[in-house]
Amino acid sequence: MEFTLLILLLPIVLFLILGLAGHKMKPLFAGLVGTLGMLTITVLAYFTAYKYFFVEGKVGGVFQELIPFSFEWLRFTDNLHIDLGILLDPISVMMLVVITTVSLMVHIYSLAYMQGEKGFQRYFAYLSLFSFSMLGLVVATNIFQMYIFWELVGVSSYLLIGFYYTKPSAVSASKKAFIVTRFADLGFLLGILVLSYYTGTFDFGQLTADHASLVVNSTAGASFMGLSIASLAMALIFMGGAGKSAMFPLHIWLPDAMEGPTPVSALIHAATMVVAGVYLVARLFPVYFFAAPDILNMIAYIGAFTAIFAALIAITQTDIKRVLAFSTISQIAYMMVALGVSGYGDHDGLGYMASMFHLFTHAFFKALLFLGAGSVIHAVHSNEMKDMGNLRKFMPITHITFLIACLSIAGIPPFSGFFSKDEILAAAFHHDKFLFASLWIVAGLTAFYMFRLYFNIFWGKTKEYAGAHKPHESPWQMSFPLLFLAFLSIVTGFIPFSSFVSTDNIGFDAHIDWSIAASGIGVALLGIAGAVVLYMKGGDKPAELAKSFGGFYTATLNKFYLDEVWMFITKSIIFKWICMPIAWFDKNVIDAAFDALASITQKIAYAIRGFQSGQIQFYAWVFVVGTLAIATYALLNE
Amino acid sequence: MIPMEHYLVVSTLMFFIGVYGFITRRNILAILISLELMLNAVEINFAVFNRYLFPGSMEGMFFTLFGIAITAAETAISIAIIINVYRNIQCINVRSMNKLKN
Repeated sequence: MEFTLLILLLPIVLFLILGLAGHKMKPLFAGLVGTLGMLTITVLAYFTAYKYFFVEGKVGGVFQELIPFSFEWLRFTDNLHIDLGILLDPISVMMLVVITTVSLMVHIYSLAYMQGEKGFQRYFAYLSLFSFSMLGLVVATNIFQMYIFWELVGVSSYLLIGFYYTKPSAVSASKKAFIVTRFADLGFLLGILVLSYYTGTFDFGQLTADHASLVVNSTAGASFMGLSIASLAMALIFMGGAGKSAMFPLHIWLPDAMEGPTPVSALIHAATMVVAGVYLVARLFPVYFFAAPDILNMIAYIGAFTAIFAALIAITQTDIKRVLAFSTISQIAYMMVALGVSGYGDHDGLGYMASMFHLFTHAFFKALLFLGAGSVIHAVHSNEMKDMGNLRKFMPITHITFLIACLSIAGIPPFSGFFSKDEILAAAFHHDKFLFASLWIVAGLTAFYMFRLYFNIFWGKTKEYAGAHKPHESPWQMSFPLLFLAFLSIVTGFIPFSSFVSTDNIGFDAHIDWSIAASGIGVALLGIAGAVVLYMKGGDKPAELAKSFGGFYTATLNKFYLDEVWMFITKSIIFKWICMPIAWFDKNVIDAAFDALASITQKIAYAIRGFQSGQIQFYAWVFVVGTLAIATYALLNE
Repeated sequence: MIPMEHYLVVSTLMFFIGVYGFITRRNILAILISLELMLNAVEINFAVFNRYLFPGSMEGMFFTLFGIAITAAETAISIAIIINVYRNIQCINVRSMNKLKN
């Protein structure tokens, strides 16, 4: 399996070529180089998946953790060292497939979508950088390698959000995304340090092996401020995951990140990067489950809250990309809940498997939704719902694929979202009825806001469209990814996922619990019905309903004022009471002390510079007087 | 025999006249002359101390002779410099020799 190294090397080589020599190439050529390179990587990833799942990976019914490549990069002590390598296990191979597929689709789509943009070559260079970092993240053999790529992912996300760097909103959005995730990563780093201090290793294999006994034993008895060390470390690590995966209250960057080009939102802020937090928790799942079950429980509740919270906001947003952004937050929270309610081993690990399954299916239908939205934006040159209407007449392919994605995310069989969502609901149902109830409500809300979006864009009245030309179907480079992803959204649900991914790497049979499935479908249909009544024909009904909700409606429209709360905390509390006094101290005490030293030296110099007159006779005079004075003194004291 | 103190009084007087002249004169030739006075006072001291304190040896006398020779050479150089200065600024007042200052 040594060829898997190419999966990492190719994108970084592509990045270097496009980044260093891209501006000398014709834009289309640079785009084709990037796309063909990505195609090669995708083929390699599929081949890896085939070999892993069907040829080499399974030994005696258990999927092995293969490390086809690894070298020691930094050695701290005899035990503690940072390796760089490639780890293949069911979830990392699954992620390879997801990342390369979505990335390839986004590459193809961007050839048309980004055509004529300034910095076309730069865009493809950044996409390669992102693919490299994300692939490196998922195959990391140890937590520190993951952290390195984690930050690289953050950088490439920053670069891509700020791609239109002449637009102030894009610049501030990119900064916001970077600062918020970076703040969360501080927790991640602290967590890594605490964990490695006690266990003496970074290696995932050693950390999770044997029911995470290493972590349990090495941290036994130690506690800090009433929290056991294992819980503290895992909570800090989860903070990093919460930042990347936009969990409440660190979700504020994701909606703003929609300032980036739409294909980027599809790739980074829907399908791959934002699920890194889920992947992180899944990667360390045995540690969470055996060493810090309280934190795992907390993750479930944070997830459930975020899911409801984001779904409520998504209902009132009018920018189509923002609706999708909040829906992404809500769906990622779904995956977090699934991890939080999961048990370990065999069928108890249903939540874990469901989470990964949902990650897998969500990546495709959410990428499809974003690319569909991009296609719509491309046609009407606006992000706002009010500028759209009745587009199904003009854009049949986009319409059909978008509908498939909506049905999928709403959880209607036989689309893929139904299967993964049903597993999550089942896992939650067996763990905690309260969590199940909140997820059940979210399922209804999801169906409602997705179909609100769908009807607002594709039904209703035809609008006056800007410019002379009518909206038209996008070119094949854009429709092909839509069709391909729609195909995936239909078929991926039928993959017997539980026989590939499970907590203990031994496959099991997950069967659909039809009573839970029926309730899920029921609430989804209810949501869709609500959307049909309110939005299919257009009209004033939604506005009246909004009015009847009053303050609650305004609050959700303003995203529950979370941005303002953060602004208040940072500006009025942290800046005013901590940063300003420190700045004052720096300026008026430390700086002033050195200024005083300098000005005293200067004053003395001014005072004595008259002595250096250049008049030899004056020097001689001083010399003689001095000599006489010393001689007199010597004689008198004899 | 004239006592040693008499010589020393003469040389001290010469030396301080020299110092006074060196400090107060503005004419560079007068300064040079004052310098010579001081040197000669020192040479008198060499000769006198040698004569009275170490009558059997001659080092002080030789030192005086060398001193005279060096003084002569030094004067020659000084006068050459002074002539050059005069050619440049038509003046030998030390206060006006400040061209290098700026």
